[in-house]
Amino acid sequence: MPETSSDAAVLDAPDQKTPVVEFEDVSIYFEGKPVLQNISFAVERGQTMILLGPAGCGKSVLLKLANGLLKPDAGRIRVFGEEMARMRRREVYALRGRIGMVFQESALFDSMTVEDNVAYRLHEERIPETEAHARVVEALKFVELEDAIQKFPSELSGGMRRRVSIARAIISNPDLILYDSPTGGLDPITSTTIIELVMKQRDVSHTTSLVVTHRLQDAFVLATHRFDPAIGAMKPIPKDGPDGGIDAGTKFLMLNEGKIVFHGTTEDLVHSDDPWIKRYLE
Amino acid sequence: MTLLSPETLIKKQIAAVQEYSILSWTAIADIFTRPRYWADIFTQMDSIGVGSMPIIIMSGFFTGCVLALQSVTALQEFGAVSMTGSLVSLSMVKELGPVLTGLMVSGRNAAGMASELGSMKVTEQIDAMRALGTDPIRKLVTPRLIATVFMLFFLTIIADTAGIAGGTLVAVSMLGLNAGAYLHSSYSSLVHGDVVQGLTKPIFSGFIIATVGCYFGMKTTGGTQGVGRATTQAVVVSSVLIIIADFLVTRVMIGIFGS
Repeated sequence: MPETSSDAAVLDAPDQKTPVVEFEDVSIYFEGKPVLQNISFAVERGQTMILLGPAGCGKSVLLKLANGLLKPDAGRIRVFGEEMARMRRREVYALRGRIGMVFQESALFDSMTVEDNVAYRLHEERIPETEAHARVVEALKFVELEDAIQKFPSELSGGMRRRVSIARAIISNPDLILYDSPTGGLDPITSTTIIELVMKQRDVSHTTSLVVTHRLQDAFVLATHRFDPAIGAMKPIPKDGPDGGIDAGTKFLMLNEGKIVFHGTTEDLVHSDDPWIKRYLE
Repeated sequence: MTLLSPETLIKKQIAAVQEYSILSWTAIADIFTRPRYWADIFTQMDSIGVGSMPIIIMSGFFTGCVLALQSVTALQEFGAVSMTGSLVSLSMVKELGPVLTGLMVSGRNAAGMASELGSMKVTEQIDAMRALGTDPIRKLVTPRLIATVFMLFFLTIIADTAGIAGGTLVAVSMLGLNAGAYLHSSYSSLVHGDVVQGLTKPIFSGFIIATVGCYFGMKTTGGTQGVGRATTQAVVVSSVLIIIADFLVTRVMIGIFGS
């Protein structure tokens, strides 16, 4: 959406040390029932935070809170150092221009072609058509779907829709990407393709991201692999290397019944003594 | 389905009125600030205005025909058949034209808006729009509001014209009245206040159709069943509100113009 220069100025030049996303004692209730309670965590610049937990534990709600699509009943949420709940409607929409989001069911605009879906944000920013087209082609090449540019979402498979959704989220080079179960409901091969794309975005563009998943396999692939641009595919991080086989920028946040049960590194997670976490990981 | 206590039910109704008022106010306020989605406004004008024309012409025309036919029977008893034109034109311009047009467009477009926006809501397309930095009220509701109010005004004029034409056709071809005398009676009976009254009503009806249709669409929950429910509610609520608004506008207009 075209914004005034004052709106853009408010959101530019973020402090490099400020966490990209910061939750401080956040709680939210739906019809009186607690969905998330006293959630506190921070995602640093360049970090990938994987949100794990059983279905219905509030992972997607947390992601919507991070994007300001829901407002917390208590606590504070800061994104790029700005408290969304205190911002004016116009400023919130300007801030969202810096956030990409991949929805659980893709949420593509079904009356638009793939090109118009991917170019949506560029059209809102009144980017010239030729430039927009070139950027759409580039984004679709990233997700290896350039042949589907003129198709409608109804003509695509679930995996293809998810890839278009990723292309739509990354086209404006966002500073933060929120992935809501990007592999949910997909077959294992397609899931791997999607996870590889998430990894590619992480390792090529170094974009800060929050990834919701309930598939442990996806989470650990993200934590133990890195995208190699030379071969155009992901490969395991060497165990005898400086990182010890684990991506240092990938952290875990585990939820159960609306509460944080774990927050830390991959290593801490796999060595946790908590019986519930052990049972979940098994 | 769970039974709600009267207190909870009242609170829910008040919250719904509050949500509707905020949506309407925001949609109106967005008319005066940038960005404006002109392409969406013109698309909606085409869909609501041009798309509704056939049903408006048909319903207006046949209402005029029936009105002429029915009124002649009653007027004959008083020897006032020559007043048929006056009765038809006054009824069409002041009441039937605006109300029928409002109800027909409500059935067609309030339902359309509720189902379109409802489908977008349940498939998270509205959330996606917000996540992509677009205000859905500005992009979806305001263009529909502008288009409905603007086009309903002209659709009402078309319905009035079609109704008077229908009345003329019946009066001349079936009842044997003189065409010139009929049209003269129709024209001379209308005064400034009648036209103002008839053309004020579609502004309110248009506002009701767009805001109620969009409100029920935007608050849809519960999948495809929810979309169906939202569509039904939008038509029922907007139709009832149009009739209530018609009564209130008529009362105010009588207060201003005295007849």
